[in-house]
Amino acid sequence: MDWITTVDHKKIAILYLWAGGLFFGIGGIEALLIRWQLIKPMNDFVDAQTFNELITMHGTTMIFLGVMPIIFALMNAVIPLQIGARDVAFPFLNALGFWTFLFGGLLLNLSWMMGGAPDAGWTSYTPLSGTAYSGTHGVDFYTIGLQIAGLGTLIGGINFLATIITMRAPGMSFMRMPMFAWTTFITSAIILFAFPAITVGLVLLTFDRILGANFFVPGGGGSPVLWQHIFWIFGHPEVYILILPAFGIISEVIPTFARKRLFGYSSMVFATILIAFLGFMVWAHHMFTTGLGPVANALFAVSTMLIAVPTGIKIFNWLFTLWGGSVRFATPNLFASGFIPTFTMGGVTGVMLASAPADFQFHDTYFVVAHFHYVIVGGLVMGLFAGLHYWWPKMFGRMLSETLGKWTFWTFITGFHLTFFVQHFLGLMGMQRRVFTYLPNQHFDTLNLVSTIGAGLMGIGTLVFLTNIIVTSKKPPDAGDDPWEDGRTLEWSIPSPPPEYNFKQTPLVRGLDAFWKEKTAGNKGMAPAEPIGSIHMPSATPLPFIMSVGIFIAGLGFMFSRDHFGSALVSFLFNNYIVTGLGLLITFGAMLMRSLYDDHGWHIEPGELEGR
Amino acid sequence: MTTTHAEPMNGGLPHEPEKATAEGRNKVLAFWLFLGGEAVLFGTLFATFLALRNQTNEGPAANDLFHLPLVAAATFLLLVSSLTSVFAIQAMHRNRPALLRNWLLVTVVLGLGFLGLEIYEFSQYVGLEKFGMTTSAFSSAFYTLVGFHGAHVAFGILWISLLIGQLAYKGLTTVTAPKIYVSAMYWHFIDVVWVFIFTVVYLLGKVG
Repeated sequence: MDWITTVDHKKIAILYLWAGGLFFGIGGIEALLIRWQLIKPMNDFVDAQTFNELITMHGTTMIFLGVMPIIFALMNAVIPLQIGARDVAFPFLNALGFWTFLFGGLLLNLSWMMGGAPDAGWTSYTPLSGTAYSGTHGVDFYTIGLQIAGLGTLIGGINFLATIITMRAPGMSFMRMPMFAWTTFITSAIILFAFPAITVGLVLLTFDRILGANFFVPGGGGSPVLWQHIFWIFGHPEVYILILPAFGIISEVIPTFARKRLFGYSSMVFATILIAFLGFMVWAHHMFTTGLGPVANALFAVSTMLIAVPTGIKIFNWLFTLWGGSVRFATPNLFASGFIPTFTMGGVTGVMLASAPADFQFHDTYFVVAHFHYVIVGGLVMGLFAGLHYWWPKMFGRMLSETLGKWTFWTFITGFHLTFFVQHFLGLMGMQRRVFTYLPNQHFDTLNLVSTIGAGLMGIGTLVFLTNIIVTSKKPPDAGDDPWEDGRTLEWSIPSPPPEYNFKQTPLVRGLDAFWKEKTAGNKGMAPAEPIGSIHMPSATPLPFIMSVGIFIAGLGFMFSRDHFGSALVSFLFNNYIVTGLGLLITFGAMLMRSLYDDHGWHIEPGELEGR
Repeated sequence: MTTTHAEPMNGGLPHEPEKATAEGRNKVLAFWLFLGGEAVLFGTLFATFLALRNQTNEGPAANDLFHLPLVAAATFLLLVSSLTSVFAIQAMHRNRPALLRNWLLVTVVLGLGFLGLEIYEFSQYVGLEKFGMTTSAFSSAFYTLVGFHGAHVAFGILWISLLIGQLAYKGLTTVTAPKIYVSAMYWHFIDVVWVFIFTVVYLLGKVG
């Protein structure tokens, strides 16, 4: 019950972590099933329809329900601490964002049990995702589930923007902000400007499917390419929503374990902003083969290649940070150091794909699959592992086992390269993606076997990580305030795990890497910016949970509004939008309650603070 | 402390009550951000409409449908309602809750008038012209763009009405003031979107 009503950012972080981890596991199992199907030619482990559902749900789950929530988990756990704040700007909205994400994700995954999962690929290209080619409710689960989950992401993005703008501790100017806070800020801005586009796209597709509209139906005058434009004007920035937080994590971990300040801090900041800006300019590089013409293709090819410049700046800054540092390869830094070459390889194939003429050759082959898995798994997931190992002691007060951590790293990275490195060659040899099997003796057999073995190894690496979590949770808390001993930012200046109010006194920031600066000046901790006083806290509330349940019911009601059920009463309830209306009534009722009863919160008094 | 921050409290209420508390300031900032997202939302709908506006699928075209005097009347109502919401905020800044309530009421009534005209317009299209959601890509885009705006107007009417109710039993405080201010921001945003709809959908449909 405590977990349902909480508005504490640290607890919401843990909720995001478990829920994201659960979906990550589901997406991972789907990946293993895909690889098992492709282990040998002409395999009949799953049929074509199931394979389509598996690839669709693997991509959708991993991106929207797996890695994004884990990114949000780390942001929630760390950002208020790093900027010296007691909470986020809107604790209530923070909880609402989590619950809408969870119920959207549940709705999407209900599809497995309710007559078929989405089967049109994670990009849901029309007309494949129209009712003509996808007659089950699968794609409805996709559009409505993602709509609800996306609402949570947008809320989270606005919340982090407001938090970082208004809640920084005294003295923390923007150019003294830790890099993870910077990348969170920029990521949130991308979310704000990219997610409404997919919101509209999903609405239009829903209208096409449920209300019989003609947006993407050529027979009615609609345009399938319009879907691709809308999808990718969101979808390309989404890539940077995913990778920028990983860049931020790497920029925190490497200086800590190299015991040097980040090389080129200000160039890192501007590279981040530039990547975000260019990220909105390049969406049509996903569409070179749709027939946009040579001029459009050339412009989008050039703007795509431009992104390599700020990204290269980042890579070199990390290398220069390591250069000459007294580097300690604890598990977080192993992942961070492994990230650099792996992500660079993904970047190089990105430049190859950005060349429009070459893309006509690579398009829809395993070369593309290899490229984006190098970026998203080799980049983002390695970054998340680095961040989880790094901040675990701060979040839970317990150090993860270094031995098991190293096992996780070596099995995972070996498995990763085994899985995806060979896929470059499969792609160049002509193996198509999204196809459920292949013929023997086309030189695909051995490489696919290798790839599947690698996927198994990645699965083992993940299991080792889970074992590490379980083993660690049995131990008594052992993490000090600054368990890595070389922590540079504010979160390491308070106990692990932090008390409910984070900072007894708001710290005074006197430079970049505020805590490091105080330590090197010989001070014991941060100088306080305020006297000890009563601390205002927001009250716990079940309303965010109730609102999300309402939206969930409304979504299900709308989805089945044209169906005929065995029972006349059930048909009546769905066909007249009564179920939809009931769901919306619950949500709006909860909103009204929120508006009517002012939450004055409660206070922690100085006496309680001292008695700790 | 500059003198601008030390203005006398007007009957216990600071000069700009919506920005008197940290929570109020955060709310106004977050709402600006939210409106940035809303701008992208409508931008995408406009782009969709522009891409599909000539795809009539042998159904009615813009030129056959639109009746500018009706649209002009609706536009007039909505633009004036934006002005009256400005008067409401001015009344709030002068700490006159009764005047504030009255201007909000006028705003709501004008909004209702606009919505009524829009419902009448849609019913004419559906009834007389056989122009429904499924007729063509143009019709889908038209109803979705204009309907999204209409839904925003309806939500705004409901929202401001509820705030009028809250004002009655909670009074004008530093808690209610940010809510009223933010709802006025929302109302202006809806108005700006309508200016674009008037130009891109109706004027361009008639003469473009």
